Amino acid sequence: MVSFNILIAVALTYVAALFTVAFIAERRASAGHVGWLQSPIIYTLSLSIYCTAWTFYGAVGYAARSGLEFVTIYLGPTLVMIGWWWGLRKLVRIGRSQRITSIADLISSRFGKSTVLGVIVTVIAVVAATPYIALQLQSVTLSFAVFGQAGGQDWQDKDLNAAAIWVAVGLAVFTVLFGTRNLDANERHHGIVMAIAVEAVVKLLALLAVGVFVVWGVAGGPAAMLVRIDASDITLWQQSGGRWVSLIFLSAAAFLCLPRMFQVLVVENADERHLNVASWAFPLYLFLMSLFVVPIAVVGLDLLPPGSNPDLFVLTVPLSQGREGLAMLSFLGGFSSATSMVIVATIALATMVSNHIVVPLWLHLQADKGAVMSGDVRHVILLARRLSIAGVLALGFVYYRLSGGGTALAAIGLVSFTGAVQILPAMLGGIFWRGATRIGAALGLLTGLVVWLWTLFLPSFGLDAVISQTAMDAGPFGLHWLRPEALFGIIGMDPLVHGVMWSMLLNSGMFILGSLLSFPTPVERLQGAQFVNVFEHSTAARAWTTTSAGAEDLLIMAQRIIGSAEAQAIFQAEAVRQGKSGYLPEVTPEFVARLERQLAGSVGAATAHAMVGQLIGGSGVSVEDLIAVADEAAQILEYSSQLEAKSAEQARTASALRDANEKLTALSIQKDAFLSQISHELRTPMTSIRSFSEILRDADMSPQEQERYAGIIHDEAIRLTRLLDDLLDLAVLENGQVTLHRQTGNLAGLLDRALDAAGLHDGALEIVRQPAAEAVMLTSDLDRLAQVFINLIANARKYCDADRPKLKISVRAKGDAYHIDFVDNGSGIFPENQQLIFEKFSRVADQSKAGGAGLGLAICREIMHRLGGDISYLPGQYGAAFRVVVPKIWPGPGGR
Amino acid sequence: MGNRVLLIEDEPNIIEAISFILSRDGLTVHTHEDGQTAMAKVLALPPDLIILDVMLPGRSGFDILRDLRVNDVTKAIPVMMLTARGQAKDRELALRLGASHFMTKPFSNAEVRDNVRNLMGA
Repeated sequence: MVSFNILIAVALTYVAALFTVAFIAERRASAGHVGWLQSPIIYTLSLSIYCTAWTFYGAVGYAARSGLEFVTIYLGPTLVMIGWWWGLRKLVRIGRSQRITSIADLISSRFGKSTVLGVIVTVIAVVAATPYIALQLQSVTLSFAVFGQAGGQDWQDKDLNAAAIWVAVGLAVFTVLFGTRNLDANERHHGIVMAIAVEAVVKLLALLAVGVFVVWGVAGGPAAMLVRIDASDITLWQQSGGRWVSLIFLSAAAFLCLPRMFQVLVVENADERHLNVASWAFPLYLFLMSLFVVPIAVVGLDLLPPGSNPDLFVLTVPLSQGREGLAMLSFLGGFSSATSMVIVATIALATMVSNHIVVPLWLHLQADKGAVMSGDVRHVILLARRLSIAGVLALGFVYYRLSGGGTALAAIGLVSFTGAVQILPAMLGGIFWRGATRIGAALGLLTGLVVWLWTLFLPSFGLDAVISQTAMDAGPFGLHWLRPEALFGIIGMDPLVHGVMWSMLLNSGMFILGSLLSFPTPVERLQGAQFVNVFEHSTAARAWTTTSAGAEDLLIMAQRIIGSAEAQAIFQAEAVRQGKSGYLPEVTPEFVARLERQLAGSVGAATAHAMVGQLIGGSGVSVEDLIAVADEAAQILEYSSQLEAKSAEQARTASALRDANEKLTALSIQKDAFLSQISHELRTPMTSIRSFSEILRDADMSPQEQERYAGIIHDEAIRLTRLLDDLLDLAVLENGQVTLHRQTGNLAGLLDRALDAAGLHDGALEIVRQPAAEAVMLTSDLDRLAQVFINLIANARKYCDADRPKLKISVRAKGDAYHIDFVDNGSGIFPENQQLIFEKFSRVADQSKAGGAGLGLAICREIMHRLGGDISYLPGQYGAAFRVVVPKIWPGPGGR
Repeated sequence: MGNRVLLIEDEPNIIEAISFILSRDGLTVHTHEDGQTAMAKVLALPPDLIILDVMLPGRSGFDILRDLRVNDVTKAIPVMMLTARGQAKDRELALRLGASHFMTKPFSNAEVRDNVRNLMGA
């Protein structure tokens, strides 16, 4: 017989081995050698914490008592993994992109970083998980007792309690050591996950070993086993379909909602592709775990005396056959199941308790004391985490003691499930329904919590323990319809199905109703969009690598959120730190991260990230989402935005007036300048004409000289005429008295004609054209159009000041018009003159080389308007750039 | 008294006309077309008379006149402004800046010749 001391030694050795595994894994991870620590197999194995001691021992007991119903507990998660992997993927993606640390954080983040929701979910999770933890303590303690009694010792209650305390303390130490070694932003625990994976293998091997022993060692092979199974009444269909469906739903939902499952599924997930493997590997694991449940139950019922606890068959069957080694392995399997569940559940709960209750409370108290917030909040958080772990385990132990460690615990598993499942509506609604609101989620969660407490949890303590027999039978205060197991007068239902149905129905109903009737805040809208449309928004990396945002943009945003003075102080401090003069620092990734943390204090981490993201351009929300949020904000701040609109309008009007005034002033100056100019332009040729005619009149000279001077007089007379023609042309165009002729022609031909007429024979101006794009037909007044082109080409020739002047003519069809751009490689036109050049009488002063009087572009603009098109200056082209927009088909003078 | 005249003017035909008129009167005419470098041209070889246009490329004739009048080498050289800008305020400005004479275009050849003779003889 194995002595109890040896058992203790084996258990301790096993724990030490796990310790070593966890330690090595942690070391490798911190050294950056993550490698196989993050393999999909490890991920799948870590999911096996779903199979707790309740499953390991309890499934056999369940089968012995209720037949095949235990299968539902495995079917639920199997259905989720196979049929709903896409939903899981979304959950995992949200978890990663939003740095979700727990299921409470998920709900709180989704609904606008709501503190209240975080607390509600934490309370539900703790209340629902505590009995479950007690259950694990019980199973470990009982398995110790089995060995103790088999060794001839007489185990009393006090021995059990002592064992339970030792187990609880041991688990607390282990969890504190590996669950709170450091604070990881993502709450990943490589050591723990590795240890759990090892435990998953141990418990599967243990159960398979016992099963193989039972089938081949006891029953004498599969065939004989089947005969025995047929003979037993386990396989009889004993349950209603309603309970069957309820249980599958319950286990499926619990798989998603249990804090420990969320921890391994989402928080510890290193790569969402691991889900691909897990979606078949985990159901396989569950299948193997359930394979021998029925044989063990059947053989146990046959072999052991009536009245033996079927929950311990996995241990007692090998022991009764003298297989102590096998029993020891089985013990380790059960021990693994219990410890892994407790460790992960405790970490998950402790994270929630410390993040959503302890730390906010501490910060609140600190703020009240007026203490300056020190930068080192880490040790406070770690301490809170450790105390929470101890607290959760203490709660489990207290529950274990209060419930007397009796049979009441056995039924608590499903009740516990139902409690955790209350989170489901808010979670699913949160990730699939943008209309879900904080109010709705809070109403649903609270309703579900109350209904669950009343119909399942409180009655589970036993009659008269919390709820009196009278209240159970006749309802509280004589309110018949409030009977815990017959709400609203529905009687005759299975209490569990009844509790699940009502809690989920009322929970979902209140959630939907509350969401429909309330209005989400902008932050909620933003978060809702981020969650529901996570695949459009998320990126793998959360660090800011690009720094495209201007410091100024960031400052403007920061000022809006935390106020001008504080924002400027932060930016200035950073600028000083970087050794830059001025108040705008370089936008380094570190600074952005620091700023984001600062902003997170005001608007929440996810929102801060989204807002910064919008500016940085790394990730974040789509334009539509921002518009939606802006709409919302506009509605809420209607009054304020109306005021803003008014003042903006006033500003616009003032600005327009100022512009008009400036333009008028400029025009008036231009007009004066024009008079001067026109005087100059008229007087210059007249001067030559007068002077040379006097020379011809007064002096004797050679015929050659005479001819030359007469030629000058002739040229200058023509120059005068052309000037007068221009003035007349413009006057006619402006008055609309011009006659236009509608013709159809080829654009390339028209450009050829214009280039010829512009007189580029000296080759001083190189022309670059696009023959393919020019090969189009257009209908317009081609002569007038050519006049515009000639003017632009001549201008380029006159004004382009490049060493090797070049004019690029490009044509592009856009809509029902052609855009014809004339871009030269000179120094262009100063921005302040770009508007003035089209005004008549204007001539840009510093270009006095011009031959005309500044009427050319004014005429061009007039022509293009008459032809239903336009001409404009294109700024920023590294040269003078004009765009002529001409309709492909001009309907003619009357057709406008 | 020397006989060198510097004509600062950018219109080729007018340069030719004035050069013809003054050469025929026995003067040596140098010409310069750019406002920016006009001052350097004057300093390189100070003439006995300057005929100065107002609207010049690079630098206005008024600005050149201002420079001429503050430089010890050039402040005594007579300057005749000759411009197509014939407004009264231009005349006033020119005389205030120290122009010796102000003429508007178009001009009569005899008038140019007589004014130049007067200024050169002074």
